[in-house]
Amino acid sequence: MFDLFARVFGREDASKEVAKERLRLVLFHDRASLSPQMLENLKNDLVKVISQYLDIDDEGFKVDFSRHDDSMAIVANIPIKKKAGRSL
Amino acid sequence: MGEAIVITSGKGGVGKTTTTANIGAGLAQAGKKVALIDADIGLRNLDVVMGLENRIVYDLVDVVEGQAKLKVALIKDKRFNENLFLLPAAQTRDKTAVSPAQMRDLVDSMKGEFDFVLIDCPAGIEQGFKNAVAGSDRAVVVATPEVSSVRDADRIIGLLEAEEKHNPSLIVNRIRPSMVKKGDMMDINDMIEILAIDLLGVVPDDEFIVVSTNRGEPAVLNTQSRAGEAYRNIARRLLGENIPVMKLEEENGGIFGRLKKMLGAKG
Repeated sequence: MFDLFARVFGREDASKEVAKERLRLVLFHDRASLSPQMLENLKNDLVKVISQYLDIDDEGFKVDFSRHDDSMAIVANIPIKKKAGRSL
Repeated sequence: MGEAIVITSGKGGVGKTTTTANIGAGLAQAGKKVALIDADIGLRNLDVVMGLENRIVYDLVDVVEGQAKLKVALIKDKRFNENLFLLPAAQTRDKTAVSPAQMRDLVDSMKGEFDFVLIDCPAGIEQGFKNAVAGSDRAVVVATPEVSSVRDADRIIGLLEAEEKHNPSLIVNRIRPSMVKKGDMMDINDMIEILAIDLLGVVPDDEFIVVSTNRGEPAVLNTQSRAGEAYRNIARRLLGENIPVMKLEEENGGIFGRLKKMLGAKG
């Protein structure tokens, strides 16, 4: 009963969401012929370079992949840390 | 000049052969002259799905090698007047028995005599796939709402692009509305979004497909089958009609669903 209740109210771990998330990742690697290790290296290098200019939150740092028609793009989401008492 | 359409998927067992048989039968029902080619050399199956297995004399390889004339090798499906023909695959040979160039020539010659030439592609991405797509003008990708099928479909879409077969369209097969509703199955929008291709049709999971395959009678011949209806819709879309995707309700979808069925409303 709780199960049904939780699902009706959009619980996050409905298994199709898991499927979509896993597919997103696996297709990223398939499409770019980029291994998970290589992607991790790319991410670390990006963090290194951007950190020279900005104070970034590498916990929330996300590298993703999107495809529009024939072209693919790497989309990086890089949260910038807010300095105490100041707005950006 | 007819149009050649390859039905492909990458992964096996997602319904390519059933889809080929039913779209072909649907187009023939609509009065078009249709030829089906079973390109799965060595693993012939379109003949049994169509119920034509006892009438095979010559096959695809015989025609390509010049041992039989195309006209003689084609099996006429008598249930569809003079509209539906099958060119079966060879069972005792393998994929290397024909080349992509030979397939292209064969399909081109058939397009002169038929409105549609449908090519049932084998699973996989090797020569059988290359043979099957060689002569096609457009590709239809069949995928079920499962991670393995979607992953392989994505790979096939990339390979079709590499073979210069642009703008493939998607058939989502075996969707189960009750599971979609519970969030336990990807829905049509999820699939389109992930694969980034146009939708040609949606076929609900339907036990009747097993019955129809048992009997060798395409589901489009049955007016009660939901899958049959979905395939008829797909055939009409291929003919340029603008048919909305059928509404997927749960089976016996509540009192309204039953009422709608009673009133004969189209799903």
